[in-house]
Amino acid sequence: MAAAEQEEEKMAAAGGGCCLRPFSCEQGLLSRPDGSAAFLQGDTSVLAGLYGPAEVKGSKELPDRAVLEVLLRPKVGLPGVVERSREQLLRRTCEAVVLGVLHPRTAITLVLQVLSDAGSLLSCCLNAACMGLLDAGLPLSSLFCGVTCALDPTGAIVLDPTTRQEQEARAVLTFAIDSAERKVLTATTKGSCSVEEMQQCLAAAQRAADTIFQFYRDSVRRRYSKS
Amino acid sequence: MAAGRGVAAEACVGQVVLPGDVLLLPAHPDEDGERLRLGAGAAPRGRLLCGPGLRRCAAGLLVTKCGLLRHRQAGGGAAAGGAYWVDSQQKRVGARRDYVGGGGEPPSCPRLTDLFVHEPRLQYVPVKGDHVIGIVTAKAGDVFKLDVGGSEQASLSYLAFEGATKRNRPNVQVGDLIYGQFLVANKDMEPEMVCIDSSGRSSGMGIIGQDGFLFKVSLGLIRKLLAPKCEIIQELSQLYPFELVLGMNGRIWVKAKTVQQTLIIVNILEACEYMTAEQRKQAFAKLSGN
Repeated sequence: MAAAEQEEEKMAAAGGGCCLRPFSCEQGLLSRPDGSAAFLQGDTSVLAGLYGPAEVKGSKELPDRAVLEVLLRPKVGLPGVVERSREQLLRRTCEAVVLGVLHPRTAITLVLQVLSDAGSLLSCCLNAACMGLLDAGLPLSSLFCGVTCALDPTGAIVLDPTTRQEQEARAVLTFAIDSAERKVLTATTKGSCSVEEMQQCLAAAQRAADTIFQFYRDSVRRRYSKS
Repeated sequence: MAAGRGVAAEACVGQVVLPGDVLLLPAHPDEDGERLRLGAGAAPRGRLLCGPGLRRCAAGLLVTKCGLLRHRQAGGGAAAGGAYWVDSQQKRVGARRDYVGGGGEPPSCPRLTDLFVHEPRLQYVPVKGDHVIGIVTAKAGDVFKLDVGGSEQASLSYLAFEGATKRNRPNVQVGDLIYGQFLVANKDMEPEMVCIDSSGRSSGMGIIGQDGFLFKVSLGLIRKLLAPKCEIIQELSQLYPFELVLGMNGRIWVKAKTVQQTLIIVNILEACEYMTAEQRKQAFAKLSGN
């Protein structure tokens, strides 16, 4: 209908030691879902579509809050065990911020389609999910973002690693951080690391989260400055 | 700016707020939200209303939707009075793309904007008093079930029509369109509709006639069309006579003299969401020319 308006903005990633890959986001690009967003981190990109609050099908209905369902679709093939496990992780993270009590006996469905995976897929899924929730206008208690850290064999922290960096890493940690108090919503680890290293990664992720939250705010501000 | 710490609500009026932001309200010694107010005189002064997109929390107001913060002063002009709300009407004209990065080129990923056209649409949530267009999906004893586009079907009693009695039932069939108003719209209960006002009059509500065309538009456009002195409606009414029903749930029913005229109205209404006033005037000039 309307010529899709394009706006490209570049910002230097701020913060010392915070070197995230270039990231970008598009909101409201699908017509059928109630909210949609595509999030790109370097060459990793995930498309999120959000439906709801809609009618609940089957016996999943909860009397006091909305049912949140997350579906993670891989780029090729059918979702397997890894996707199922990530779906649960994403679902619990989203449940922590979505004010589901305001829409009892309804269902909220979030479909995440992986478009390309070049490392840090889980954090990209988290960011896409948050932007999708924001686009759908669902009531949220706060925003969240995902940050992946990799510990390379020398013990140095690599933020937002690529697939290659993830393969070489000793441990890969992903955190979901909320925007209200910069607290951890979700933490997941692959590989082994010491408690100190985990704390260091968390601190680095929290610093990187500030950049992402500032991006969210600028993105929304630009959208409303036009209307 | 910084979420969590909280900012004064006045400073944010007209600014963009995001979920998780806390708005601090000016402290008032006599302000006590918990105390039950008795007597007419004391109630309106200093009373703060918490509009859509905001919730009360310990520190003040918690933002739950993104949008522009709006404020309306109370009649008396009390500092703490009035209403705050978040204007999250998504008047987006197209998909958006933003970049952040450590310099260099933006990511070389598929250009999604080039493939899709955005159509702003938000899920309808029933609100008490809203006038909507429902589709009858079932007749269950003495109530009809109506699909109103919400998460649940609304119920409509057969007695809630003008002049209806136990003897004299309204002739409603499955698939009929009904223009009515929400009497009960509560998150915990099934929404209930009526087709009469408080004095028992239909006041325009009831079963919508056989012909005509029903289509859906975004909720933002419906709000724009229902605004008093809406230019689009005024300009349309100068073209030729037609019937128009606007439901707050995003449904519009149109009927003109011929099918062609009906479809012209439909196309104009669907397109005017993305047209500027100037473009619309040109389109109308072209239509009234032939």
